[in-house]
Amino acid sequence: MLSEKDRIFTNLYGFQSASLEAARKRGDWRNTGALLAKGRDWLTSEVKESGLRGRGGAGFPTGLKWSFMPPDPDASALPNYLVINADESEPGTCKDRDILRHEPHKLIEGALLAGRAMGAHTGYIYVRGEFIHERECLQRAINEAYAARLLGPNAAGSNWHFDLFVHHGAGAYICGEETALLESLEGKKGQPRLKPPFPANVGLFGAPTTVNNVETIAVVPEILRRGASWFANLGRPGNTGTKVFCISGHVERPCNVEEEMGVPLRELIETHAGGIRGGWDNLLAVIPGGSSVPLLPADICGKIRMDFDSLKEAKSGLGTAAVIVMDKSTDIIRAIARLSAFYKHESCGQCTPCREGTGWMWRVMEKIADGKSSPDEIDTLLDVTKQVEGHTICALGDAAAWPVQGLIRHFRPLMEGRQRRR
Amino acid sequence: MSVRRLAVEQPDGFEFSRENLEWANAQLKKYPDGRGQSAVLPLLWRAQEQCGGWLPEPAIRYIAELLNMPHIRVYEIATFYTMFNLESVGKHLVQVCKTTPCWLRGSDELERVCFEEIGKPESISPDGNFTWRRVECLGACVNAPVVQINADFHEDLNAQSFRTLLSQLRAGETVAAGSHAGRHASEPGSGEDGNANDEQETLHFNGFK
Repeated sequence: MLSEKDRIFTNLYGFQSASLEAARKRGDWRNTGALLAKGRDWLTSEVKESGLRGRGGAGFPTGLKWSFMPPDPDASALPNYLVINADESEPGTCKDRDILRHEPHKLIEGALLAGRAMGAHTGYIYVRGEFIHERECLQRAINEAYAARLLGPNAAGSNWHFDLFVHHGAGAYICGEETALLESLEGKKGQPRLKPPFPANVGLFGAPTTVNNVETIAVVPEILRRGASWFANLGRPGNTGTKVFCISGHVERPCNVEEEMGVPLRELIETHAGGIRGGWDNLLAVIPGGSSVPLLPADICGKIRMDFDSLKEAKSGLGTAAVIVMDKSTDIIRAIARLSAFYKHESCGQCTPCREGTGWMWRVMEKIADGKSSPDEIDTLLDVTKQVEGHTICALGDAAAWPVQGLIRHFRPLMEGRQRRR
Repeated sequence: MSVRRLAVEQPDGFEFSRENLEWANAQLKKYPDGRGQSAVLPLLWRAQEQCGGWLPEPAIRYIAELLNMPHIRVYEIATFYTMFNLESVGKHLVQVCKTTPCWLRGSDELERVCFEEIGKPESISPDGNFTWRRVECLGACVNAPVVQINADFHEDLNAQSFRTLLSQLRAGETVAAGSHAGRHASEPGSGEDGNANDEQETLHFNGFK
């Protein structure tokens, strides 16, 4: 269990103010200038050594991602950009919301440090459209930082010019995909780009760009202040540090909580969320990492650890660490059918397998949930998920296929039973 | 994907108010020279606010001309992003989250309340107060079930508290956003009914208080 002294987000719940003054009392913006003075290479290598992996879902090593950025640009070259992905829309996930409204200065300080580490003088934070109060909080914090000369020319006394802007979306899940986000930030429909070229070569406005999740950037200042080895000693090898978990669904006390990576799922739920409604034996299944990852049935949940590698071994994923708990009262076929409806609604329509497949999967899932499907339809459904998976420009197709595959893998007898009941 | 069309009846014209035009020009400075198109989403959003919650076709043309964009580009953006309302809405736009985390905690009940108190989705209630719709994940899942009403998230609702909320709004009262079960934000509540621990002070949602 995470000890208080290792906690990064000490104001996650907003019991204290989010203002600069209060943030400084919590330790934010302490010797930022000195950290910046150590230079670009030190910043990147320190983050590399900490083992920090991206908190937006894919878990790509952050320091390595930063190192793909070209050298500090001179006046004639294209600028480098930092873009922060605050388009938090993965069902089950609501951690970035708390950082934006309660810990904005961690994010802003992290943006300055990350900007220096990738040679970027400009950063954009793309906040999802629905988070109206949250982006106002963030903007107020940015205004405070400018007034205190922590942003702008000579930011935090570092001789580095850094501007940070808040941008917002207007209700499209797909804009959480990094290249769709860049399209949206350029004032277009949010449809993902083909890769390569990757954003580090051709990103925002055609210039080198790195897109990072809010939580990834917000933990950077503490890593640099306390040292890479402090962070690397938390969690497990390859899965270091702390993570904000969002525990929703059928638990006694749903909540966001920061814990060590690799915490056993059962401990996480019982210590922080008051346990499963009706006791552990009443557990049916858990979606461990946001709607896009396959669910895990109760027998696996009892022995799994919450980190990237353990969950991958169990054929699921840590994703955004959004734990959706379902007890035995749940109609699990209906629960996954709801997710299929979500992906049908959010498909951007660019690739045929996803545009047509998500609607098709949703209709068949509804049919199965209603007990109106024919016996061969489960196999056909599984086959269609395989045809969508891996055949689209972005991962939304995969994300729509995996929950259905997880359901068939673990609850096939239930699905077949419902057909016979007809 | 959702298919969305412009309203049949449209006003004659649209222009930003002086304050909004000033604001829009300041927005353009966030982006490099010649990249004003980037501001299209914030500008459309401001236009929707000025029009009382929906985006008429003349506003789409106006923004296109302001940003030197072909009309069709702005039109496709207005139809792609689902927060742009292409038809007029009631004074309070009630958006009920129906994605799995909210559904697990009773969003069906909230939907029933909407049918009873407001009427059918996507149409303005006879008193002009409400329009309601189902939406996908609002991103406040540990406070499920969640309803967004205009800019405010109302969290930890049940049928009874939601009904009360709607009647308060109908009576013209202002209702504080945030949890309706006494929680401050996303911390664990005290247990059975999801209420906050007694020793935790409960504050109105405001990151800067």
